[in-house]
Amino acid sequence: MASIAHDEHGHAHGHHDVHHHEENFVSKYIFSQDHKMIGKQFLMTAVFMGLVAMMLSILFRIQLAWPGESSDFLSFFLGEKWAPDGVLKEDMYLGLVTIHGTIMVFFLLTGGLSGTFSNLLIPLQLGARDMASGFLNMLSYWFFFISSLLMLVSLFVESGPAMAGWTIYPPLSALPQAVSGSGTGMTLWLFSMSIFIASSLIGSLNYIVTVINLRTKGMSMTRMPLTIWAFFVTAILGVLSFPVLLSAALLLIMDRLAGTSFYLSDIIVGGEMLANHGGSPILYQHLFWFLGHPEVYIVLLPALGLSSEVIATNSRKPIFGYKAMIGSILAIGFLSFIVWGHHMFVTGMNPFLGSVFVFTTLLIAIPSAVKVFNYLTTLWKGSLILTPAMLFAIGLVSTFITGGVTGIILADSALDIAIHDTYFVVAHFHIVMGMSAVFGMFAGVYHWFPKMFGRMMNMRLGLVHFWITIVGAYGVFFPMHFVGIAGAPRRYYDYSVYGEFDVNSYDMIMDLNVIITVFAILAALGQVLFLFNFFYSIFRGQVAPQNPWNANSLEWTTPVEHIHGNWPGELPVVHRWPYDYSKPGSDVDFIPQTVPLAEGEEEH
Amino acid sequence: MENKLIILLVIILGAVAIAQLVRVYELSSKLRKTGEHEISTRDNHLNAKMMLGFMILFFGSVVYLFLKYGWTGRGEAASIGGVETDWLLELNLIIVTIVFFFTNFLLFYFTYKYVKKPGVPAFYYPHNNKLEMLWTVVPAVVLAVIIILGLKTWNNLTGMSGKDAIHVELFSKQFDWTARYAGKDNVLGKFDYKLTTDNNELALLTTNTIDSSLRIMMEGPSGIRNIQKLLNNRDTVLSDSTISVLKVDLSRKERLFRLLSQMKQNHDPKIDASAWDDIIVKDTLFLSKDQEYEFVFRAKDVLHSAFFVHFRAQINTVPGMTTRTKFTPTITTEEMRKKKNDPKFNYVLMCNKICGGAHYKMKMIVVVKEKSDYKKWMNGMMKQTFKDKYFPVAEAAAAPMGSVVDTLAVAKPM
Repeated sequence: MASIAHDEHGHAHGHHDVHHHEENFVSKYIFSQDHKMIGKQFLMTAVFMGLVAMMLSILFRIQLAWPGESSDFLSFFLGEKWAPDGVLKEDMYLGLVTIHGTIMVFFLLTGGLSGTFSNLLIPLQLGARDMASGFLNMLSYWFFFISSLLMLVSLFVESGPAMAGWTIYPPLSALPQAVSGSGTGMTLWLFSMSIFIASSLIGSLNYIVTVINLRTKGMSMTRMPLTIWAFFVTAILGVLSFPVLLSAALLLIMDRLAGTSFYLSDIIVGGEMLANHGGSPILYQHLFWFLGHPEVYIVLLPALGLSSEVIATNSRKPIFGYKAMIGSILAIGFLSFIVWGHHMFVTGMNPFLGSVFVFTTLLIAIPSAVKVFNYLTTLWKGSLILTPAMLFAIGLVSTFITGGVTGIILADSALDIAIHDTYFVVAHFHIVMGMSAVFGMFAGVYHWFPKMFGRMMNMRLGLVHFWITIVGAYGVFFPMHFVGIAGAPRRYYDYSVYGEFDVNSYDMIMDLNVIITVFAILAALGQVLFLFNFFYSIFRGQVAPQNPWNANSLEWTTPVEHIHGNWPGELPVVHRWPYDYSKPGSDVDFIPQTVPLAEGEEEH
Repeated sequence: MENKLIILLVIILGAVAIAQLVRVYELSSKLRKTGEHEISTRDNHLNAKMMLGFMILFFGSVVYLFLKYGWTGRGEAASIGGVETDWLLELNLIIVTIVFFFTNFLLFYFTYKYVKKPGVPAFYYPHNNKLEMLWTVVPAVVLAVIIILGLKTWNNLTGMSGKDAIHVELFSKQFDWTARYAGKDNVLGKFDYKLTTDNNELALLTTNTIDSSLRIMMEGPSGIRNIQKLLNNRDTVLSDSTISVLKVDLSRKERLFRLLSQMKQNHDPKIDASAWDDIIVKDTLFLSKDQEYEFVFRAKDVLHSAFFVHFRAQINTVPGMTTRTKFTPTITTEEMRKKKNDPKFNYVLMCNKICGGAHYKMKMIVVVKEKSDYKKWMNGMMKQTFKDKYFPVAEAAAAPMGSVVDTLAVAKPM
């Protein structure tokens, strides 16, 4: 309304008044439609969820390192019901593993990474006032919030949380007779995830529309920062794959509640002969992994996008091979849809079909290799400023390599037979997906914290946090390769069963399990530094300058103080790509995107 | 209880300690008046050196782990296919380990070498198509080799077994394995899950087992008759929920009974023989050295996965369908015990798909014998076939009345 009244003052002032109107507490902090606030809401929720998931992992790591020994720590958190005399119950072990995986993959790394940074950066880096639909954006967050809540509630129901692993393969997840967590806990899991999927879909559609429609003048697709490219492709992957997970979940809900037989056939469980016939548990796996594999890249691509930006800025060099980077993001995005079968080599699927999936899966290694070498060349002859964000971004490249190369072994179906579902797999995906994405997230938080809160995080604490995290996390996940290659299956409650048939393996696995747990506790304690730094700096951090890292992209042209609509005056106009760092012929080592090309200057 | 308090106290004190540390740091940085975004050359160089230091530590630990644990934590492969797998795995591991060291070295070394030095500008180098080509083509070529070798082995491992292969079925349920040898005719008898009774846990399909199932379904302790009797009994008062549970149970059983009756009509008694001579073995799976085996898998309740770690074989077991794999053991248990210098060592079949609380305990010991010993054992087993053990008077069609498997706790007549 106000803007219409002001139209007579000319278009230039048209948006000025938006931030005159006072927002009350509820519309500013709770039901906010401002993308920056929604981004922060996503971040806060995800950090909390991540913390819970990390705690769960410490609880089961204690059991793995010292099986059967009484632990006050366990009885403190789990009580007599799930840890009588301080010894974890078998069922609860599976519950902890399941919820740890679910929260980490979906709530921290999908909601937290894509949700936070797509919301924050898409409008800011494109030169838009806000997302295409602020209302849908708000809805997306609140769905996320409700689903988070449901997932947490499921930890407290009497029969325990879902216990079928984060992939919730039926029939185990469909039959409460098979494991107690497949009762109320699984119902809550399914409803929570269905709402999460709705949240993700609404968010992704909004991101896509915003990227396509709301770029400012001059911001062509090939002038977008790589972060935006990554978020854009991530959103497309989400829109295409999450509905398939929803259908998988819906069919499972029907099998559980309506007596259908989509996934059930010829089952006798708990002494009860079920009449279900004709369903296939394999169908579920196809549906699940049709999401599940793109999901890996939904998690990874935003992290790679963020680190591209952080590495270029702090190397004071353009990202090497900008177009090749876009190409590899697109190639990874495309290929991620035709590789899901590599999770199913040993399900008994047709061996020829397996061969096809080997081929497509190994193809993904090519764009991934391109990305790694482009990062390396970006660092080469740079002038590196090792901020905490930069360290985490470099750490990401390291984990992306370390975890990526073992993927080549797992993608090879013949080898997968021998190491499928062992700790080798656990090591692989925790390094390539878990560590990389978490490092990307930390890089993003340290780098854009001044943009989010107008204050700086403590740099020294950030550096210490990085060193503890990388040492701790590699200490946890690298030894797992050896546990896995010794043949130790994942999701075992107690590896001392090895003592019954193979003393050598027993000694090795038990030794390494202790080492892993010690590193896990170290890494978890390291995160306390981050949490402290994070919350402390929000309120008491040094006030941030407008462009602390001397970066080129548009978000650093907005004022430090947040305003609705992002830019006080007209939207900025873009004249160049965002990577003109240390360009010859320029006095300063960065040229923001808003600076017109100089006389005779060539665009990259 | 006090321990819990101590844990809580430690957590709180930890937080307080960090708060104090930060406070001190905050005050000192106010004195220095530098911004958090301005990293001093000293800090920068310190971190660069630490990157190099970390790399050395990291590589050192990796080498140490390799030397200490090797990659053969599970020992030599004990099957023909396993040897091929291990060769390929070793080759792949060598390739990826080289890539791992090479690229990680470049990463950490560049970080160390090119850290900001005052006065030295970064080199503006936005792209180079030749380089991009190089690191597209080289990985592609290496991957082509990996794919070709991999698929060759994959085809060998998943291909059909030979004519001389002994057929064995492995039946999985929460939380154990049962083996069924195909017996004299080397043909596994057919099965149908509806035939499961105490006497016929593997639900083998013969004229007698169908009859026995029909009878138990109708007249067993919690059979259709008894449920009907319970529902129609005017002397007992049942709660509404019990009645509805009983009704659901009844309709399910009536449906199963109809299906069993159909099965009886369509049954061809000629196939009975292939089931009668099958040999059911629990606890231990005995195999013969240098003998190919064709394994078929079934699951009774949820997904399981048959993981023969020492033979490098694995396949999921799926309710409602059968899966298969094959391998030929090449080292007897005795030989392996000597090689491993572990007199108590045993091969094992583990469950490798989450299947419930006691998942980790679900295993079966596997013993590989010399061919002659195996033959002796098998000859003994030939006298303990399915028929001998469970339906000794089968032709008389008077199988013993086992108790039913399909009971609902509430549905049991009191």
